[in-house]
This record gives sequence, structure tokens and C-alpha cells, in this order.
Amino acid sequence: MTVTTLPLAKALNESLRKAMEDDPKVLLMGEDIGRLGGVFRVTDGLHKDFGEGRVIDTPLAESGIVGTAIGLALRGYRPVVEIQFDGFVFPAYDQIVTQLAKMHARALGKIKLPVVIRIPYGGGIGAVEHHSESPEALFAHVAGLKVVSPSNPSDAYWMMRQAIASDDPVIFLEPKRRYWDKGEVDTGTAPASLHAAQVAREGSDLTLAAYGPMVKVCLDAAAAAAAEGRSLEVLDLRSVSPLDFDAVQTSVQKTRRLVIVHEAPVFFGSGAEIAARITERCFYHLEAPVLRVGGYHSPYPPARLEQEYLPGLDRVLDAVDRSLAY
Amino acid sequence: MTPDADTVQLLTPEGELVSHPEYHAEVSADGLRELYRDMAWSRRMDGEGVTLQRQGELGLWPSLLGQEAAQIGAGRALRDDDYVFPSYRDHAIALCRDVDPLHLLRMFRGVSNGGWDPAEKNFHLYTLVIGSQTLHATGYAMGTAKDGAEGAVLTCFGDGATSQGDVSEAFNFAAVYNAPVVFFCQNNQWAISEGNERQTRVPLYQRARGFGFPGIRVDGNDVLACLAVTKQALERARAGEGPTLIEAFTYRMGAHTTSDDPIRYRDSEELEHWRAKDPLARVRALLESRGWADEAFFADVDTRCEERASRLRTDLRETAEPPPGNIFAHVYADGHALVDEERADFAAYQASFTDREAK
Repeated sequence: MTVTTLPLAKALNESLRKAMEDDPKVLLMGEDIGRLGGVFRVTDGLHKDFGEGRVIDTPLAESGIVGTAIGLALRGYRPVVEIQFDGFVFPAYDQIVTQLAKMHARALGKIKLPVVIRIPYGGGIGAVEHHSESPEALFAHVAGLKVVSPSNPSDAYWMMRQAIASDDPVIFLEPKRRYWDKGEVDTGTAPASLHAAQVAREGSDLTLAAYGPMVKVCLDAAAAAAAEGRSLEVLDLRSVSPLDFDAVQTSVQKTRRLVIVHEAPVFFGSGAEIAARITERCFYHLEAPVLRVGGYHSPYPPARLEQEYLPGLDRVLDAVDRSLAY
Repeated sequence: MTPDADTVQLLTPEGELVSHPEYHAEVSADGLRELYRDMAWSRRMDGEGVTLQRQGELGLWPSLLGQEAAQIGAGRALRDDDYVFPSYRDHAIALCRDVDPLHLLRMFRGVSNGGWDPAEKNFHLYTLVIGSQTLHATGYAMGTAKDGAEGAVLTCFGDGATSQGDVSEAFNFAAVYNAPVVFFCQNNQWAISEGNERQTRVPLYQRARGFGFPGIRVDGNDVLACLAVTKQALERARAGEGPTLIEAFTYRMGAHTTSDDPIRYRDSEELEHWRAKDPLARVRALLESRGWADEAFFADVDTRCEERASRLRTDLRETAEPPPGNIFAHVYADGHALVDEERADFAAYQASFTDREAK
């Protein structure tokens, strides 16, 4: 029996362990990931079992972590880097954008950079400043990077395995408020493709598209709407870049309505890209304009205000009402 | 801009050998003639880059004029299994690694962003973002040590790069992990228009001490000293003794790139001061005083350089334009749905012109 019930953080831990067992070139790097096991314990026990040569506690320098990971990848390693929190990735942003993303193209494909950058992201845990941000659009805008975010333990396990196996750099966004959510993980079953969206709940009246931490909010919204006789389809996008527009199109052609939900600010966010493309692809199918629900054009607020900032059940259902009113 | 008494020098500007307690010049007739040939070709190739830019064949050229000794010294200190992470002015080191200079010219022509296979040449692509490559070099060196391989890593950067956080982070990572990497800083005195006094308040080689590894300043216009110092640093690295910082104290005789005008920011006296320290002239003086080279040798070097430069010029002008579809080539190793979609759209758009012409 290969099915176990695990919290999302533990599923990631199992995934990293399996990847390290399977391939001696897989290395983990980051601040406090060794003896401490990471501030969220995602690398718990790996230092003890694989040693400091493969679970590398680094100096406190994000650019240094990513820059040296690039060098290690050039030497044939497959580094999995942990950035401790979303808001701390920016010292490394230069290395990620100007170097990691472009080096494969610069070398006309002659070198590969299989680097995974793990970033616990998003809010909802009452954290202090810089510990709750959603930077996915900043990375998705950069050609050469892939950006993914699991929403449940099973995807966390498999998407991490697939990200490590990928020869491209992958920004792996871990929904930190879901770290403790439990779910079934079947470690023996062949997974969906890393970049394929999946229907998390079938419906016929409207499509809710989300990824990472917002999938659960959308599922809850769909359950609440069902009580009022509305049938909402929930699409778990899973991958922000590439984005599975075919799956969104299929769903929208069925339901004729689309609401996109993410934590990041709406302005210039991934929802804008999805709305534009789906309008192009599904112009004659849509019964209402594509609506977006997300964060505001403000710095992430102090924790006491984050429930106002984050899309919750009510804001999602309000958007559903507005869409259905057309 | 004055080197201190600790600066390692083995060959004076007048072409006289001087002894040093720790470093020794490797002097043989053949060896010295080879170093001269290398420097002469570097200078000629570089001059061709400047000319071709002036003729509109290149968009830009960063000249190495004045830095031949630093680069040939470091480049010839390398073993085949060593790996180099260069900046964007390291043309002479590229030549030492057998990178076709046509690749360098094409890059500044706008045909590619590199073009050579880094792993085949053990010479990484030029890095334009200042100092980024020092971290790549450090990571690569950490990997080399993990593999138990013997090669060392050399990374090149300028005085301006030492102001970047990445360079300090690279120093620290290299020290913490005892990485087999040699940091080769060519202090050519000017970061575009900003002099050393805008980059640092302490001599650059002294920085290494704060990170816990040796820093050495070498006369960067003395090829024998650059060779000896770099060789020893690479040997230290290979022997597991960790990183070294070398500050090659030199001077950029030309502009930062063909886009700037050094007359605006530095005076001719300074230029004359450094002209008297010319890296080629002093090797030539030594060759002549030893009777190891005559007029015929130097004429032959010049003729060969002219022939190679001429061939290079012809080859560059015959370079085909990159096919437009290259925009989409190698963005991802494993593919990306959006790139595939845009590639198809682009091809259809291009084909629409052909179809119209056919009608």
C-alpha cells in the first residue's frame, strides 16, 4: 500500500527524501535547513540522514545561495534551494532573473540549469512584514523560469518530484498556510503533468480558477454556493508558468463564466493574463466579463488586517454573484 | 592608483628581471616568445574589435588594451581541467581557452549572446551583470570539490565589481566552504568614468583578509608576475587550501567600451604614465636584451597577426544573420506551452508575407 495521509509539509519532506535517494546529484541548500530542518521543518531529518554535504546550511545571503546553486548546476548537480520566506527572495531576484532564467538560452541550449527554488509564500498565518507575499507574477513574467504551486499534499509530493526532474529552473511556491493541511498521498501512482491544470470540483454554472492556497477557499465557496443551488466548477491551475489555458478554455466553454482568485495583488497579476487570454479564446462563449478576486494595490498589510486583504469565502461569492448577474 | 610595496613584480617596465622572495619568473626563450605572441595577438584581435565597431560591424566592443599581461598571465597559468568564469572584457583569456574569437565578435555584433559550448572549452559565457559570475564560479568550485576532482576555478572581474554585494557574497561562500576558486580582479583603475576612489577606501587585495583567505596584489602589466602568482593560487586551490584573491594592478588604456569617451573623465598625463608600463614593450625589451628574438621574429609576429585579423574580419562580415525563429530557440530545456504557441503564431505571421509574395 503506497497511500498515506500526510500534511503538505511532510509530503514535501518525503518528496525531497525520495529525490535525494534516487539521484545523488540532488542537493538541498538554504538557511537553517540543516539541523533545524527549516523554519517550517520541510527538510526535517534530511541533514541527519544525508549529511551536511547534501543538505547545506548556507550563509545568510540569498543572492549567494542562488548564485552558487547556479554554479553547482553547471557542475552537474541538481540543487533545491530554500528561500526562507517570500519577501526575502528579492536579494536573489537579480541572480534568478538575469542569470538563472537566461543562461540556457544564452548558451544556445548547451547548458541546463535544473535548479528548484522553494519559496514558502502567501499569507493567512499572522506573520510580520515580508512573510506573507505572493510574488508569482514577478517570476511568471520572466521567460526561462517555470512557476508552480501545489494546493494539496499529493500535488506537493509529486510536483516537487517533477520540478526536481525538470531540466529547467522552477520557482516552487509552497502555500505556507496549507503546510499543516492533511491529505492522501499515493506515492505509487503516476502523476499528472507538472503543468496541467486539474478540475478539483466539477460544476456547470461558473468556473473558479485558482492555485496554491486559494484552491481550498474556492472549494469552500463552491460548497457554500451548492447549498444555494449553484454549481461551480473549481479549476486548480497548479502551474502559473506555463499556464494550462486549454484547461481553462475547456471549462469556460462549458460554464461560460470565469472568476479568477489569487492572493497576489490583482493589478498586473496572473488573473489579468488569464482574463485577457480567455477573453480572446472564448469571446463568443462568455456570458459575463472575466472577473478577478485578489489582493489590493498596497503593501501586504499588518497581520491584523490580512483577513480584509486576502480573498475569503465572501469576496469570492460576491464575485460569483456579480458574474451570474450579467 | 599607486601600487604599494607589496606588489609582486618580476619584470620591470624597462624589461629587467627582478627577484622576489616567494614568486619566480619562468623564463625560457620559447616560453617568453610564446607569451609575447599571445599578447601581440590579443592586442591585434582587440584592435580589430574596435575597428569593426567603428565601421559599424559591431554594436559595441569592450577593449582590453593595456590588460594583455594580466589576462595572458592568468590564462596561461590555467590547466586544461580548470574552469573559467569570465566577465566581458576577458578576450585574451578566451583565446587561451581556445574560444574562437569570431564568437566574441559575433556576440557584440548581436548575432548571439555567447555561442560557444562552455563545458567544451571550460570557459563560461561572458557575464554582463557586474560580479554575478563570481558566485557561479564559487558554486562550480564547491561542486568540483564535492566531486573530488582536481581542477580549480578562476573567475575574472573588475575593480567596479568589488562594490557589488555578489562579489562579497562570493568571497564569503568561497571561504566558508573552502572552495577551490581564484578570484582574479583586474583593477584597471576605472569603472567606466568612476575611479578607484569611488569603489573602495582600502586596497582591493586587502579585502580577502577580512574573509579569511589570502589576497595578493600583482603588477598587472607584468605577464611573468601574473603568470607566477595565478599559478600558485590555482595550485593552492587544487591542493584544498581554499580561495585566493589576486588583484592585478593594471590600466585600461582605451575606453570602457566603444560607447564612452575617456577624455571626459581622465587626463592625458595618467595615460602617459601607464603607457610607459606597457605590457608588451617590457617583454620585447627582455627578449631583445637576451638575444632571444630579433627584428625578423617581431616582423613575423606582426605579419601573422595581420593575417589572422584579416581572416577574422572576413569571417565576421560573412556571418549570416540569425534566423528569426531563433527568438524561440532554447528558452526552455523541457519546452513551454506559451513559447510553443508564440512560435507557431510567429511562424504563421512570417508565412503570411511569403504567401502574399507568392500570389
